[in-house]
Amino acid sequence: MKLKPSDLDKIAQKMRSVTNLRKGTARIKITVHMGTCGIASGARDILSAFLSCVEEEGVSDVLITTSGCAGLCSREPMATIEAGDKPPVKYVDLTKEKVKRIFKDYVMGGKIVEEYALAIGSERVL
Amino acid sequence: MLCAGTGCVSNRSLEIQTALESELKKYDLQDEIQVVLTGCNGFCSNGPILVVQPDGIFYQMLKVEDIPHLVEEHFLKGRPIEKLMYIPPDKKSPVPKLSDIGFFKKQQLVVLSNRGLIDPENIDEYIAKDGYKALAKVITSMNPDEIIEEIKESGLRGRGGAGFPTGRKWAACRGAPGNEKYIICNADEGDPGAFMDRSIVESDPHAVLEGMLIGAYAIGAANGFVYIRDEYPLALKRIKYAIEKAREYGLLGEGILGTDFNFDLSVNRGAGAFVCGEETSLISSLEGNNPAPRTKPPFPALSGYMGKPTNINNVETWANVPRIINRGAGWFRGIGTESSKGTKVFSIVGKLKNTGLVEVPMGITLREIVYDIGGGILNDKKFKAAQMGGPSGGCIPASLLDLPIDYESLTGAGAIMGSGGMIVMDEDTCMVELARYFLSFTQDESCGKCPPCREGTKHMLDILTGITKGEGREEDIEILETMAKLIKQTAICGLGNTAPNPVLSTIRYFRDEYEAHIKDKRCPARVCKTLIRYTILADKCTGCHICFKNCPSDAITGEAKQIHEIIQDKCIKCGMCFDVCKFDAVRYE
Repeated sequence: MKLKPSDLDKIAQKMRSVTNLRKGTARIKITVHMGTCGIASGARDILSAFLSCVEEEGVSDVLITTSGCAGLCSREPMATIEAGDKPPVKYVDLTKEKVKRIFKDYVMGGKIVEEYALAIGSERVL
Repeated sequence: MLCAGTGCVSNRSLEIQTALESELKKYDLQDEIQVVLTGCNGFCSNGPILVVQPDGIFYQMLKVEDIPHLVEEHFLKGRPIEKLMYIPPDKKSPVPKLSDIGFFKKQQLVVLSNRGLIDPENIDEYIAKDGYKALAKVITSMNPDEIIEEIKESGLRGRGGAGFPTGRKWAACRGAPGNEKYIICNADEGDPGAFMDRSIVESDPHAVLEGMLIGAYAIGAANGFVYIRDEYPLALKRIKYAIEKAREYGLLGEGILGTDFNFDLSVNRGAGAFVCGEETSLISSLEGNNPAPRTKPPFPALSGYMGKPTNINNVETWANVPRIINRGAGWFRGIGTESSKGTKVFSIVGKLKNTGLVEVPMGITLREIVYDIGGGILNDKKFKAAQMGGPSGGCIPASLLDLPIDYESLTGAGAIMGSGGMIVMDEDTCMVELARYFLSFTQDESCGKCPPCREGTKHMLDILTGITKGEGREEDIEILETMAKLIKQTAICGLGNTAPNPVLSTIRYFRDEYEAHIKDKRCPARVCKTLIRYTILADKCTGCHICFKNCPSDAITGEAKQIHEIIQDKCIKCGMCFDVCKFDAVRYE
């Protein structure tokens, strides 16, 4: 499909409705940060650990996606989890075991796993 | 009031009592502070419990090991220890806000505004973040001169290192005679320890493409290249995929966004030659020739790829462009300092607690980057210097920590903005060895075309290597300075012009270290192995045997409880014995 300038807005609106956790079909979005730094410290395993958690729990409202480096390379692997309209939570230094616990406690139970969480909220974009 | 209920006693509160009393005695506080045993407090799960009156400070879950610190801090210095206190669950906020964490707090994202937020392999996610909106704006409502004016007005300067005003560069290429013009994205990031461009391409490749499209439209180029080093497989994959998706959407190719604007791009992989970061070498490599620079002028804006007018900008420069078009030059000018507008991405590495990729407004101080964002020096050692601009740059010492970071102030301090690599060093770094390392890198990467760079850096390297081996002569510093200045003036390209910078800046700020190596044959940071010698002091050695057990080269002799000795022939000068000795019995000289 070749776009016209007006199509950009349509795509933007469509995407926003897909990623809108309050109104869309997904309740929770998990972003695994997969820049070179993340992958080098094991982000692929973290991604598959989240995917198998989704499979094991049989949930259909959890969206798993990837993105680039979140900046703090020394704390990779890292994932950001957004639930509904709550501010995103960044989890750092992840392992497969930590992923299981985070999935159970936070994704399924809504309780932040304090020991593994770095911070809550978003970065300052100018 | 120490709880001596059954619960707390079984949690060893009586041992706490003994420890408390003996610590208090140590500071002669036993008469002022009374230890009273009480009955059960009721909060047995968090025992042993200690309540300090009259303030009512409630300590919980105490351990014997906590007591010396507690007595010293609280009773002697009057600073209650929060860590040991009870905090009610509703008052707890153990997970901080991202905006309260030093690493993120001082960053301001422009180029990296999509980092960690979008899937770089999904063009729709970029579009949802106002992606390609700037392109639509320029090709439907702006003429090329207006775009160039906007970029000039914004004050954007090249982020690859030299800091040439981007708008002027574009204008020169647009004004150059000829219809066939090219634009190039320089993604051949080669500085050791630098990964800004890689990370931008990996996390937001479409921003780079959109910047290039806007540049191509403004300059009048129909073709372009992304020159990216082959050692960046993920960045390479993502930029190629992004180009493919942009083509499918008609954002690249013919009739872009339904207009008569045509532009297409191809990707070229760099084979890892540092000199290819230099624009004329890069062009030579693109043309299929050896990557060797040529003298300028003519500048690529007049005669570049295949002799045609060519505009080269670095990844970060291109990625700034769509944001400037969307938000306006005035907005961009509002960030930064008088001469340097906007933000700069740095990769902060080395002896820092937090390492990674940061984007900060121009004018921020080095202190803020090192201490607030970087979290300070690892193991709480002392900051010594930061190398800015990699092997072409220079070091900034602790005395200049409050220097605002912009193009001019860094150049004035003997460093350069460079592409944004920042290597932080602690007190254990030898500055002579550092200069030797960077010079060995540039010497190795010299293309060999011009003698000042090919021969000059070789001689400088020989002198530096001699100094680190204790063979330095009194006149060496002066010879190094003379050669450095000569090479800077006479080398053909940026590689040679800047290669002596690390030597000059370390001499400028750490001349005493050079002198210690040359005159006293001593390496103050104990790095240069031929200059150090470890010995064990007989009067301090207790024969604890710990050095014997830890020595990786079996260079230590001695039975337990007897004085030990280092066999110098076997010693590899790793410093392990020095680090493990608890009695300060190992000395180095």
